[in-house]
Amino acid sequence: MVVGVLLVGAFVLYNGLVRRRNEVDNAWSQIDVQLKRRLDLIPNLVETVKGYTAHERVALEAVIAARSNAMGAGSTPHEQAAADNQLTGALRQLFALAEAYPDLKANQGFVSLQEELANTESRIAYARQFYSDAVLAYNTAIQAVPGVIVARVFGFTEREYFEAEEAARQVPRVQF
Amino acid sequence: MNDLITANKRRTVFLMVGFVVVVIGVGWAVGLVVGNGATGTVVAGAIAAVMAFTSYWKSDAIALRVSRAVPAGEEEYRRLHNLVEGLCIASGLPKPRVYVIHDPAPNAFATGRNPKHAALAFTTGLLEQMNRVELEGVVAHELSHIKNYDILVSTLAVTLVGTIAIVTDLAIRTMWWNGGRVHRSGDHADRNNPLAFVGLALLILAPLVARAMQSAVSRRRETLADVSAVRLTRYPPGLIGALEKLQADTTVTHSASMATAHMWIEQPMAGVGDSGHLGAWHKLFNTHPPLSERIALLREI
Repeated sequence: MVVGVLLVGAFVLYNGLVRRRNEVDNAWSQIDVQLKRRLDLIPNLVETVKGYTAHERVALEAVIAARSNAMGAGSTPHEQAAADNQLTGALRQLFALAEAYPDLKANQGFVSLQEELANTESRIAYARQFYSDAVLAYNTAIQAVPGVIVARVFGFTEREYFEAEEAARQVPRVQF
Repeated sequence: MNDLITANKRRTVFLMVGFVVVVIGVGWAVGLVVGNGATGTVVAGAIAAVMAFTSYWKSDAIALRVSRAVPAGEEEYRRLHNLVEGLCIASGLPKPRVYVIHDPAPNAFATGRNPKHAALAFTTGLLEQMNRVELEGVVAHELSHIKNYDILVSTLAVTLVGTIAIVTDLAIRTMWWNGGRVHRSGDHADRNNPLAFVGLALLILAPLVARAMQSAVSRRRETLADVSAVRLTRYPPGLIGALEKLQADTTVTHSASMATAHMWIEQPMAGVGDSGHLGAWHKLFNTHPPLSERIALLREI
């Protein structure tokens, strides 16, 4: 009888942890979706800008380099965030340069790309926030009693947060 | 958070049961007034069952319809759609349907029965007056209502409270005009029916009970949704700014009715002042805590 109750309790705990862990994985893939969306927008942007700013190669090349860097980045939150911040910086420089080209700024395609990118950036921030919340719930569950017992036995390990999360989140909000 | 959701689901069951009881009571009261208790009770029971069932499945459509909400176009309301999508990502909710209401008074509400079947509605006045961070605060507030299952409770309350109001209203008016009957000799037998007064009293009390239920359901939810909204945006000044603008605004939301009053982010009715000789009574039936209290609470975060 007692063994039965304990067993059921262990099942419930285990299932809870599995659910939380899947939520973390799901949240992680949500970030990937948004990051990929941004990477897909960049070739279009480069094409549009190229026609107007023939002699601003440096900024364009920085964006292209940052993009390929981001595509090959490792899969830990830390590495991904670093590659992504580089891209954000390069894009910001490019948009700052674009200010000097009235024709470019009047281009409808450029304007909508700029909006789309700003949008995607805030979505990346939102997705990271969701990931952080999921990690917080999961980490708490595997560290607290009684979850910690089940977690030890079945090898649930802690997940990593985004470190620069709050700082990165503020930037697009202020600018757009 | 999960405890809250369970509590809300339980509250919904209570609300449904309470509603069925009140409607049956109203039916009994009508029966007493007319002089035939049993028939009234059975008819009311049947109406209550049908209404409770339709409220669950259709109340969001009803709430949107009575507020004259129209679907928000993806292109025309780009900013709004972007904000909703972004915050949905942050909260892990599926994207709800988005509606606008053509009304210059700034206000908004959420409706539906669960996150998969949810809708948000914003007045054009709100969209015009709020800047991006303020609108984000409002959207987050409404999404919190969805996440906490407040929408289920409050949307049900719309139809349930509305039905009680209509039924009692109908009964009282019917009585006024003698139920459309011409004078019959049998009526004399009812003249000394003391129970009719009990019935009449019940009919007058029922809408008040319903309204008090509505207020109890919603006041605490608002404060809670404010707090959850700030947890979602991680930026209290946004929602504070929005609430301050709502406070400064004195226009009445014409699209709101008494039945939907508790659903909106700000109390939509005018004249429910806390001053005057009936101030204390009005407070009992207020569907929202005062905006100044909500702002003060957010400032402490």
